[in-house]
Amino acid sequence: MTTPVAVAPRIEVKPLAQARTGGGRRLKLRSQIGLQLVCLAIGSTVLFPIVWIVGMSIDPRNISRPDSLIPPGANLDAYLRVLQRPTLNPVSFFQLALNSLSVAVLISALSVGLGVLAAYAFSRMKFRGREFMMLLILAVLMLPAVATVGPLYISMNRIAVGDFRLGGSLLGVALAVTSTQLPFAIWNMKGYLDTIPKELEEAAVVDGAGKFQTFLRIVLPLSTPVLAVTALFGFIAGWTEFLLAQVFIVGDPSQWTLAVALNALVGQYAGSTPWSTFAAFAVLFALPVMIVYLLLQRWIVSGLTVGGVKG
Amino acid sequence: MTAVAAGQAVAPRRPWRQRSQGTRTAYLFLLPALLLMAIITFYPLVFQIWMAFTDFQLKNLRPTAPGPNFVGLQNFTRILDNNIVIPNFDFLRILTFNLFWALSNVIIHVVIGVAIALVLNVDGLKFKRVWRAVYILPIAIPPIIVATVWRNMFDPQYGAVNQLINGTIGVLFKLPPFQLDWLNQPNPILAVGPLVLPLAYFALLAANIWLGWPLNSVVATGALQSIPKDLYEAAEMDGAGYWDRLKTVTLPFLRPAMLPFAIYGFVLTFNLFTLSYFMSGGGPFGQTELLVTTGYRLVAEQHLYGVAAAFAIFQFFILLVITLVTNRLARATASYDS
Repeated sequence: MTTPVAVAPRIEVKPLAQARTGGGRRLKLRSQIGLQLVCLAIGSTVLFPIVWIVGMSIDPRNISRPDSLIPPGANLDAYLRVLQRPTLNPVSFFQLALNSLSVAVLISALSVGLGVLAAYAFSRMKFRGREFMMLLILAVLMLPAVATVGPLYISMNRIAVGDFRLGGSLLGVALAVTSTQLPFAIWNMKGYLDTIPKELEEAAVVDGAGKFQTFLRIVLPLSTPVLAVTALFGFIAGWTEFLLAQVFIVGDPSQWTLAVALNALVGQYAGSTPWSTFAAFAVLFALPVMIVYLLLQRWIVSGLTVGGVKG
Repeated sequence: MTAVAAGQAVAPRRPWRQRSQGTRTAYLFLLPALLLMAIITFYPLVFQIWMAFTDFQLKNLRPTAPGPNFVGLQNFTRILDNNIVIPNFDFLRILTFNLFWALSNVIIHVVIGVAIALVLNVDGLKFKRVWRAVYILPIAIPPIIVATVWRNMFDPQYGAVNQLINGTIGVLFKLPPFQLDWLNQPNPILAVGPLVLPLAYFALLAANIWLGWPLNSVVATGALQSIPKDLYEAAEMDGAGYWDRLKTVTLPFLRPAMLPFAIYGFVLTFNLFTLSYFMSGGGPFGQTELLVTTGYRLVAEQHLYGVAAAFAIFQFFILLVITLVTNRLARATASYDS
């Protein structure tokens, strides 16, 4: 019973106080500075590893102790070494990047192409076994890709033409990763297609367009954001893929991807890793992904529909 | 959404022949994706069940090689009896560590993520956009780079962490060079029954906190911005201070958004391959090994495909139980709220 009494005077004071401090619109200088310092502290913990690795990559002393963020005599030697011959194998960074790029592009194209066809069927058509198949695909989403790597490797090794084994090739890696990307791609694209009004397609059908034509002419152009996001995720998954690539192609250095080479750099013989080389490698490896991610950040949010963000 | 649903309801039922033709078209659209998934995902899943009962090894790998022997339940019992060539393999310890790893991470991620989202949500805070852009950076870096960079940071001689300690506390108190081997310190910090936490666990935790909170913060920010402003005004009218408003308005509203995300994060962290594999290499003595990394080592390093298949089946059922339990928990707490 004492609370209402205690509260009553504060209600009258509040509007006045609000008017002066801007009703929460403007902070007191002291809180502003305090909060900015908090933000700065958080920001420095976020940035520290990034600055550290960039600093290390331009350190000429290679494995010596870096004592300042911009080391004395900073140069780009480590980058030159990485570009010429990043690992012990006679394979250039360019070759590694090309391998990663081809895997990434293939995964990106396949997951969009195959995924959007399936997503369209799930979104627009009624057919027997629809619910069952959607659940089946969702169930795969829960399974970590590692769990089937053994039987996958074995069965892909059986697909062989002459010297070519699917289980020992970048094409095999790309197909395998695409399959792990598809469940998410299908569900996400279906979520987006669901939001495109059906009336547009019905109008096209009235004009005499077939199912596939309506899909190609009407639906695809309208779903550009989600196609772009699926392509981006597929690309990043391919560019950074390690698990399957390591099992499939580790025996053939000419087929190595960036991730496999990075593992060779830091993995088994970490004690002897030239850290500057590693750092330069990491920067060159991460930079394309970071740039693309930051550029497309807004798009990514608008193209993500899993979880029913779009309604 | 409602417009689409209404359109579906109004559409008249088509005659049978047309409908079956529709089914055919639908399958044509589905065929490419399903074909690939059937070969790459579903067939190995079935193949895996058969393999789990055999002694499939490297020598059976060639297509022309003789098939493996049927060994019954031996692979399963070998895993449970810790009778596997992987050094320091202890199934119960790995499972316990894996559960603790996921749980501890998710709790910390959610708490830090929400706290930082609250800071960034303060009215009138300047440079919000700048901070949000900076804070999203960890998400934009490929996980394999994150793991290797953090491994480097914990290097005993050249790592940033020891250097930082040397440069601050060391200089201040004139201590000898500090060269703690974070990732390989052999004596566990804590060992209670099957739960063994070496120093490397805390190093992994630090790295994963760095990696994990930003996304939680993004989700929490989205939820915060959807809270109606008049609720706060009403609470203020009632004389509620900042902490009262936090408790009665903010947190109850955050919960429906954060809980599913926390469950998602739990499964994600439970299966987080990169940090354990690249940062600590599962060490020391396999104490930071997870189920996913163990399963991977069975295939990639030991080539014990039969044992690996049995191990994957265990993994599958553990994940199934986790999914069921977390779903039950989510529903139980949700009904408690309403």
